[in-house]
Amino acid sequence: MIVARSRGWLGALPLLVFAGLVFGFPAIAILGGTFTVQGSPSLRNLTQSLSGGNLTSLAGSVQVSAVVAGAGAVLGTFLAYAVVTSRFRALREAVLTASGVLANFGGVPLAFFWVATLGNSGVISGLLGLPSGALYTFWGLVVVYLYFSIPLMVLVMAPALDGLRPQWREAAAGGGATAWQYWRYVGLPVLTPALLGGVVLLFGGAFAAYATAAAMGAGTVVPLVTLKIASALTGDVQIGFENVALALSLDMVVIAGLVMAVYLPLQKRSTRWLR
Amino acid sequence: MAALASVTGVPEAAEPPPPPPRAGRPRVWRGIVLVLAAAYFLVPLVTSFWFTVYNDMTGFSLSTYTDLLVAEGFGRSLGLSLGLAAATIVLVLALTLPAMLAVRLSAPRLRPVMEVVCTLPLVVPPITFVTGIGKSLQVGGEVLAPTPFWATLIAIQDPAFPIVLVLAYVMLALPFVYRSLDAGLATMDVRTLVEAARNLGASWPQVIFRVVVPNLRSALASASFLTLALVLGEFTVARLLGYQPFSVWIVTISGSQAQLSVAASVLSLLLTWLLLLVVSTASGRKRS
Repeated sequence: MIVARSRGWLGALPLLVFAGLVFGFPAIAILGGTFTVQGSPSLRNLTQSLSGGNLTSLAGSVQVSAVVAGAGAVLGTFLAYAVVTSRFRALREAVLTASGVLANFGGVPLAFFWVATLGNSGVISGLLGLPSGALYTFWGLVVVYLYFSIPLMVLVMAPALDGLRPQWREAAAGGGATAWQYWRYVGLPVLTPALLGGVVLLFGGAFAAYATAAAMGAGTVVPLVTLKIASALTGDVQIGFENVALALSLDMVVIAGLVMAVYLPLQKRSTRWLR
Repeated sequence: MAALASVTGVPEAAEPPPPPPRAGRPRVWRGIVLVLAAAYFLVPLVTSFWFTVYNDMTGFSLSTYTDLLVAEGFGRSLGLSLGLAAATIVLVLALTLPAMLAVRLSAPRLRPVMEVVCTLPLVVPPITFVTGIGKSLQVGGEVLAPTPFWATLIAIQDPAFPIVLVLAYVMLALPFVYRSLDAGLATMDVRTLVEAARNLGASWPQVIFRVVVPNLRSALASASFLTLALVLGEFTVARLLGYQPFSVWIVTISGSQAQLSVAASVLSLLLTWLLLLVVSTASGRKRS
């Protein structure tokens, strides 16, 4: 057994080598491409990726993601609370199962569902008398992205809300606290890690989303960095822009990484309360 | 946590019964929240289905769905997606399961490394990943052109079955597979089982296939279904590398046949629901 133990890490070797290669080559390619112009080292790609239309698209993506994360967090928390405090077990199970499915339901089908509903020849847009192109604006995109963001928030918040023990509320009430004081000094502090973690997840999901926006063709109105990168790669723009697309990808990783760096320690803290 | 539970547990007995919950007000706002949520989530589903079966010219008909089945490219793209999914599932499980066993049994110090490797794909946006893949394939093609490796590089990009997509999907699936297998391994005493089997003279393949895998059946199933759902829905990587699995095909036909693409979306949603419902009922049964 001792011999086997000293060689035990060999089982992990294939996965680590695989991940090293499949992640390593693209990482090197992105860094190499970003910091060279026609074979010589340069920062020009990076500065170009942070100016003009590229900067606008980065800002557009961050704005959409921030609004989706904020609105999704609030609405998802209310929905989770309504479900968790409900006396009907079946309702709770149904909503949580549906959330598990819808949180994974992004991409192309989502786009076509909303096009069929609120698009220019959509079923509901005619009934509501929406102006043509309403779905393809900033707020239209937010409504579409919330479709997978709210369920994700429900999944994050339901266990956290379950962790709020009724005894805490009773103790607060017994000590003379009002409902507002209970939420301000007991409820929210306990929920904060889960809330912030949820906001970060929602932001990351909306920020990285490409398929939905691409299938909707929303790029014409809302500048998104993912659409910008894609059009550079598929050759819709001038030659030589390709390395700027690599620089834009690097910008995205930096932003996503910064946001995720907030999430991981918070998640560790929140799990402590939610056993 | 045990300490906290016991502290809150003791005074409970002495406490007077809690006041009856206020019935009126919370129920009203809960009703409003649930009705609004139901409207927001159900209306697109219903209208999309309506959109596929009704139009002003021909009225109600299910012909869109029969058209879909015989549409040019439907079978080919769906077949490609399913083939890619099968290859991805086999490869990701073959890589992850031994690695996780090794970390649990003999190399716990590798655990943080594993966690980082299996979280990275969540941090890196897929579009960034595919940009890097595209660039490294291009550079690799130039560098390797005079060597025999060039043929390998071309082979993995074969449009009939692009192995490069399988490699990318394995990375994208890692976080989900890691989490379900980790949960599965936590429910069994891996060390005792493996050491007992080894002491009785089982070889490592026997240990894995006749001791570990049968105990992990539901975790392996949920990892496989999640991977299948992920590969069927994946668009970004395939589109930007120029391949045409199912999700890319839906977008390709949307320009000319809007009804068909919505019908394909309905179909792919139903498939995803089915897969994920299987996962959630399987894990639900395990819990109870």
